Amino acid sequence: MKIEDKQRVLREMVLHRRFEERCYQAYIERKIGGFLHLYPGQEACCNGVMEAARPGHDYVITGYRDHVHAIKCGADPREVMAELYGKETGSSKGRGGSMHIFDAAHHFMGGYALVGGPFPLAAGIAKAIQLKGGDEIAICFLGDAANNQGVFHETMNMAALWKLPVLFVCENNLYGIGTSIERSTAVVHQHKRVAAYNIPADECDGQDIEIVYEHARRAVDHVRSGNGPYFLELMTYRYRGHSMSDSRGYRSREEEELWKQRDPIFILRDRLIEDGALTMAGFEALEKETDAYIENEVIKFAEESPEPRVEDLEKYVLADRDTQLPWITGKAA
Amino acid sequence: MANIMYWEAIQRAHDEEMARDPLVICMGEDIGVAGGTYKATKGLYEKYGPLRVMDTPISEGGFTGLGIGASFLGVRPVIEIMSVNFAWLAMDQMFNSAAKVRYMSGGQLTAPCVFRSAGGAAHQLGAQHSARMEKVFMGIAGLRVVTPSNPKQAYGLLKSAIRCDDPVFINEHELMYNMKGEVPDGEYFHPLEGSEVTRSGTDVTLFGYNISVHWCLKAAEILDKQYGISAEVIDLYSLSPLDRAGIKASVSKTHRAVIAEEDEAPVGVGAEVIALINEECFFELDAAPVRVHSALVPQPYNHTLEKAAIPDHEDVVKAVLKMFGKA
Repeated sequence: MKIEDKQRVLREMVLHRRFEERCYQAYIERKIGGFLHLYPGQEACCNGVMEAARPGHDYVITGYRDHVHAIKCGADPREVMAELYGKETGSSKGRGGSMHIFDAAHHFMGGYALVGGPFPLAAGIAKAIQLKGGDEIAICFLGDAANNQGVFHETMNMAALWKLPVLFVCENNLYGIGTSIERSTAVVHQHKRVAAYNIPADECDGQDIEIVYEHARRAVDHVRSGNGPYFLELMTYRYRGHSMSDSRGYRSREEEELWKQRDPIFILRDRLIEDGALTMAGFEALEKETDAYIENEVIKFAEESPEPRVEDLEKYVLADRDTQLPWITGKAA
Repeated sequence: MANIMYWEAIQRAHDEEMARDPLVICMGEDIGVAGGTYKATKGLYEKYGPLRVMDTPISEGGFTGLGIGASFLGVRPVIEIMSVNFAWLAMDQMFNSAAKVRYMSGGQLTAPCVFRSAGGAAHQLGAQHSARMEKVFMGIAGLRVVTPSNPKQAYGLLKSAIRCDDPVFINEHELMYNMKGEVPDGEYFHPLEGSEVTRSGTDVTLFGYNISVHWCLKAAEILDKQYGISAEVIDLYSLSPLDRAGIKASVSKTHRAVIAEEDEAPVGVGAEVIALINEECFFELDAAPVRVHSALVPQPYNHTLEKAAIPDHEDVVKAVLKMFGKA
């Protein structure tokens, strides 16, 4: 990665980290409701892959831990926060919530809350790309636990059979909710599982963005060149619990400390300092600047935005009736 | 008007829409090279090729989700679930992805896909191949449900469903694919909402949909000829949404209602229609509305038991006679 790209991505990753930590605080303050799944610890995964892809052009789909993926694709952090606040200005107009961030304009095709559900949707997006003849690819980010769903296997089979332009990124954070991978999964190394479908696969450290980037570049090139699907496994760790109701009683504090020593932001920060492209004071200033932006722009926007109108409760259930009248009434031209 | 079979009508709708729009595709088990279990996609593979007529692996959840994902980008897939019994495996994607994506994205995405499936009890197919599941689909927000009772509807409903931006579930019937009927020669779009007065009458309304419309018509004939009772028959081809105004209008005229469904009674079309009648025109009623329905049993294999489990026109006649104090 070029120095200026690393500097830019560091800024983004700090924003992603501070955004999520601010969500935590807002949740405690009961400004955010429902379930909240946070991303700290895994930032190098999304960022490394998307640096190798084309954010806003390639189609991205993921599970419920989706705020950072949306922002990386181009979603406005203010609208993502407004969504968490349930506001009309939210990315899904307050109808989706944390688990259902969407930004179709930036080809972020959404967060979905059934584990494994996005697998076939991603393959379908790739099928549409194939039919239309575009140069986009579909990228599906999911956790390791999703691979134990039946649709994982069904989708791998179809994606390989039809050579669909889809990259499956497995963010292996070692836990499916509160059950460790050793206790839930017969094959711990997830990339080995797609060998059954002749899908090329690779595994790497998911904490060092430069490593992720190098592996992702090969993966993206493979898919974009029309060679069919690819499976990339990134070894990573989420610092917080699965969601906010999780006290992490299923893992040791020692294990958590070990992973925090390989923090993706600190790895990149220290490398930039080594390269002479950043100072510690510069980094601290960046954190402060980011916090100020989140407070003065993001939180302010969410706080001040209006609630959806109760009269609009049923809006968006079906397509706008007026546009569908020929088929609803049978009076087509 | 051409007199063609139900399957031919469905095939023609596919063919016309695929010829018109390169983004209309169809997918399902055995629909391509094999031509479709019920011939509904016969000849399309040869005409449009494997990219648009997709023989899928036997992975209902997977290929249904794949079709839905493609629809997010404007592809219009017609997804055939060979037998509605297998739809259980695809319901996560149908309900959680297709039906909800528009709402949970605040209107940004929509899933303009069509799910077609053969429902109903055929002949001795046993517990896992005889399901009637329309009642499962009709309670899902964001999903339209239609069910054709004749070739004209089969053709026109599929045409409208493909064009509509909402996901549509089309409930067909295993025993009806060879039924013949008149279909307009020119392009025809059947309304996705509403109901049809199939036979006009004054004394009682018989509500049916799909195969039970034919029980109602036969029953109306018998009631008229043998008992002097004038029955109106309403075809509820749209199960979601139900035609509130049409149901109200007919019951307000006849003051009596019988709902015939091949589904089992608890939680179903009959229950819903009666609830609507109560809400809309309770004080118009001269008798309590009645449901004619299947027994609540997994479908038995034995021929005699199977026949006993499923109602027919005779049960509709009996229900009406009982209502009139004649049985």
